[in-house]
Amino acid sequence: MCGIAGIIHRDGAADIGDELTEMLNSMKHRGPDSTGYAMYGQPDDLVVVRFMLAEPNEYGGFGMDERLERNRAEVEARLAKVGADLATIHNETGYAFRATIRYGGDLKPLADYLEDIDGCKVLSLGNSLEIVKDLGDANTVHEQYGLANMSGTHGIGHVRMATESDVDLASAHPYWAYPFADVAVVHNGQLTNYHQWRRRLERMGHRFQSECDSEIIAVYLAQQLEDGLPLETAMKHSLDDFDGVFTYLVATGSELGIAKDEMAAKPLVLMESDNLVAMASEEIAIRALVGTEVETRDPFEREVLTWQV
Amino acid sequence: MAGLSTKSGVVYDARGLVEPDPEPPMTAEIDGDRAVIDATDLTTRKINLELKRIVYDEGVNEVTIVNPGSKHSLGVGILKRCRLTFEGSPGWYACGLIDGPEVQINGRVGWSLAENMMSGSIVVDGPAGSLTGAALRGGDLVIKGNVGARTGIDQKGGTIITLGSAGINTGFMMQRGRQIICGDANDGLGDSMYDGAIYVGGKIASLGVDCVPAEMTDDDHEFINRKFDIYDLGTPPDVQKFECGKVLHNYDALEPSERKLVL
Repeated sequence: MCGIAGIIHRDGAADIGDELTEMLNSMKHRGPDSTGYAMYGQPDDLVVVRFMLAEPNEYGGFGMDERLERNRAEVEARLAKVGADLATIHNETGYAFRATIRYGGDLKPLADYLEDIDGCKVLSLGNSLEIVKDLGDANTVHEQYGLANMSGTHGIGHVRMATESDVDLASAHPYWAYPFADVAVVHNGQLTNYHQWRRRLERMGHRFQSECDSEIIAVYLAQQLEDGLPLETAMKHSLDDFDGVFTYLVATGSELGIAKDEMAAKPLVLMESDNLVAMASEEIAIRALVGTEVETRDPFEREVLTWQV
Repeated sequence: MAGLSTKSGVVYDARGLVEPDPEPPMTAEIDGDRAVIDATDLTTRKINLELKRIVYDEGVNEVTIVNPGSKHSLGVGILKRCRLTFEGSPGWYACGLIDGPEVQINGRVGWSLAENMMSGSIVVDGPAGSLTGAALRGGDLVIKGNVGARTGIDQKGGTIITLGSAGINTGFMMQRGRQIICGDANDGLGDSMYDGAIYVGGKIASLGVDCVPAEMTDDDHEFINRKFDIYDLGTPPDVQKFECGKVLHNYDALEPSERKLVL
């Protein structure tokens, strides 16, 4: 099933960590397996690197502490080797880390080099994007990662009910569009031509971190953005290129968009006001955010909408 | 019954149910044959128990539910004539399996409103989600906003009136009953329908498989005017009628044993 939510503040930054948690928590019945956030803070010249060194399921195993310590030192060494100047590094949970670096180079070799370390997965890279995801419900992840302090202009979130792949962090949404800075996707649905598109994108030189169909959407869209297409055009292409049922949200540093498949098989409710845009699989999540009765609408099939932040 | 507590503090009973054997919260304010339920702090199950208590046991005929907060499955399974008003928006599966109530919803609804409703009426002031009136068997649904996809899927009776526009595959596999759509209808209107009629006032993106235009008769006009009068919806628009082309499905009204006798 899965539940997705998105929020845009048009009048500056707000506590999106708290707000997305409220929304995702109200949709816990749509997926209790894992919860994820892609939040966009204030961009600065530092690059934010969110990465993990072990799956939460295997954390605490024999020799794990030494392995994590060794791999963390290796991450720092490799960052230095590619010329990235480490500004801060914070251990969030023992296995998930947030680092900020000064780095002006190409992100792909950096990400590839880090991912080459045993157990290392780069969850997000970008000037404002922060992807936080873990097993459990929204309250658990919110507490674990201290999201109460997370301020930003826009963000998307996901509660997952695992249907096609495992309950682990690698299969949790949102997905970062490896290796494109600041692009993230959450998705509710199934792509039936996943393998076809995965092979196509792999032939273009892309690599994937998971077996999850949603990761395809992120990379597919980011590649078109890289080629110079506007987000809305790329999303419209996706309606013809992807088979299956889907409603997805995509966010970049400056935009947020929604797309619905041609059968309108997956739900979405949308609320728009002068200073706030909120969307979620169910109205109950929007009510959790705004509290009062507000006018909402359900986009129709094949509808693509984008907002500038 | 002893409950199993989980880490999150939720209590499950031996059947794996949350809120095992709950009692009605007794919080409704009853005034003669009217009552008000404030749903703010109540779970779906408690709201429905309270609603059933006051309608069946207390003999209340007019119930107002305030602050429904888009919770799911509100007002389901009421099998008695009464008047229900929602001040605000219920969520998904609202008023499913009802038989008799007259419902007014001053808000919007989510997916699957009035699933398998037998009789009564529901008037929604705002829009409705997809699968509105799924497997509807009788009664009237009036949606003053737009409706989502597959409205009246598997409809087996009753009438669905939409003042706004309708999404994809409206009337998908409908078997009986009628729909009046005042706005536009998206692709696949009446796809694979068996019977019944769909009237559309606006533009039609495309017709579904085996859905064909039909002539409007005096009975059709009388029916539409009557429904618009009942719900005070103003002057009905000029509509086109669509029905089943009867080439997709093969009908055979005889049971296999009967067929043997005939042949």
